[in-house]
Amino acid sequence: MVPTSHYLIISGAIFAIGAVGVLTRRNALIILMCVELMLNSVNLSLIALSRQWDNLGGQVFVFMIMAAAAAEVAVGLAILISHMRHTDTANIDEFRLLKW
Amino acid sequence: MSASLVFFIVVAAVSLTSALGVVTSRWPIHSALFMLVNFITLAVFYVTLGAQFLAAAQVIIYAGGIVILILFVVMLIGSEKIGGPSGHRLWTPYAGVALGVLMLATMIYTFASSLFGAPGTADAIEAGHPKAVGMTLFTQYILPIEMAAVLLLVALIGALLLARQPKAGAQ
Repeated sequence: MVPTSHYLIISGAIFAIGAVGVLTRRNALIILMCVELMLNSVNLSLIALSRQWDNLGGQVFVFMIMAAAAAEVAVGLAILISHMRHTDTANIDEFRLLKW
Repeated sequence: MSASLVFFIVVAAVSLTSALGVVTSRWPIHSALFMLVNFITLAVFYVTLGAQFLAAAQVIIYAGGIVILILFVVMLIGSEKIGGPSGHRLWTPYAGVALGVLMLATMIYTFASSLFGAPGTADAIEAGHPKAVGMTLFTQYILPIEMAAVLLLVALIGALLLARQPKAGAQ
């Protein structure tokens, strides 16, 4: 059986990659995807620790995170579409208006 | 080296490569496809961890729902409009990578001592089967489940409201 620490290392690495993506990319859509990557790495660590401690609570948490992620991506993409109707760009540096 | 460890290393390599692909792709549509690969490798990890229900949920919700949603948006807007290499500032990649490495180093520094001295894992639990997860979800955690349902409904209505085509002259 693969030790839990291996899963945690992979999870941490994916989280760091996602964070680097959020910090370096300027395209709003890719930033959204990197946020999804980070959420998923947290899911992996929760499931690994759920097995480590033989506790189903971790898996229930993952289910809730999946629901929150689905809601987040739906609203985020809607904001992106509505913003692109007005400005024609997905560059995050152009996102500086709360109303128009 | 046992077979399960070899399998783990292969899947982990695919997972990390696809995660890097999401970050480094020039075009959003390539990022979305790399993200699909990453989600599927995570589902494989869930199976090896004994969480079969969540592996299925991962494929259905993420691979089947969220990635398709993102692809639809890319195609709706038009990938030439959403742009490939949008104007990078010269220093952002360096600053971002440096901050990411710093974060990874902090995580390793914090957890390294406890990770490798951890006691052996429990024997393969039967807990991840859909029946056990369902029993827990719909008895002990029934209130959070209902709240998640309301959250999804509100998100649906909110997304509809935000992405609606504005009426002419309503500006």
